[in-house]
Amino acid sequence: MWIYEKKLQYPVRVGKCDIRMAKYLAEQYGGADGELSAALRYLNQRYTIPDKVIGLLNDIGTEEFAHLEMIATMIYKLTKDATVEELEAAGMGAYYVNHDKALYYQNAGGVPWTATYIQAKGDPIADLYEDIAAEEKARATYQWLIDMTDDVDLQDGLKFLREREIIHSLRFREAVEILKDDREHKKIF
Amino acid sequence: MSFPNEHSFAPFIGPFDPCPPITCKTYSTPPHLYMCFQPLNLPQFSPQEALRHGTLWPALYSPYESKWGKGRC
Repeated sequence: MWIYEKKLQYPVRVGKCDIRMAKYLAEQYGGADGELSAALRYLNQRYTIPDKVIGLLNDIGTEEFAHLEMIATMIYKLTKDATVEELEAAGMGAYYVNHDKALYYQNAGGVPWTATYIQAKGDPIADLYEDIAAEEKARATYQWLIDMTDDVDLQDGLKFLREREIIHSLRFREAVEILKDDREHKKIF
Repeated sequence: MSFPNEHSFAPFIGPFDPCPPITCKTYSTPPHLYMCFQPLNLPQFSPQEALRHGTLWPALYSPYESKWGKGRC
């Protein structure tokens, strides 16, 4: 059960008409290390992870959906007023033929999202290590997206999302520490 | 103790490389890499500043600047 707040986690502003970026942002929408993969991975793993860290996967998985709609908003803003000629010039001609201006879960190269991007191994350490790696890969993707644009408004939203990946990575690292630690046992030195 | 947000290294430059060389390569090393478990009671941003930075804690803030228009780097 979720309660939906009808606003974005962080305001999304796009400062210039640069359809090229819409194509690249798809990497974080329907790519292997994107927000959809992240949300589905964590919310699915949470059933079999030890009780102590279920809440963490629940919270972060939910936040990933908030990031997903930020990316969706960026892509929508960049494409909604584009002409077919502009879409073609930005390398989105094939996309238009298949989807018009509808959003679709595919990566920047046009490969549709697949469940093989995510794993649920059942081993808590294996799953959390995958989650840490996913956060670092998403952080790197945001860096390369920031590199690809001089639009400071778009960069601002992407920098926020990059910082969130850093925080999530630390939380997963802490989850590993919690699971391997014996801090509940009284130590006598 | 503070840690650098970025590391750099000098890659091998071959005598027959086709493009002008980038002599110094960098990579991000955000603060969470040095924090195994977040300590209690770290200083916090104000709520407005926290939203802008994407984190409540200055110790976990990692700036990143675009390479667009910066040439070979």
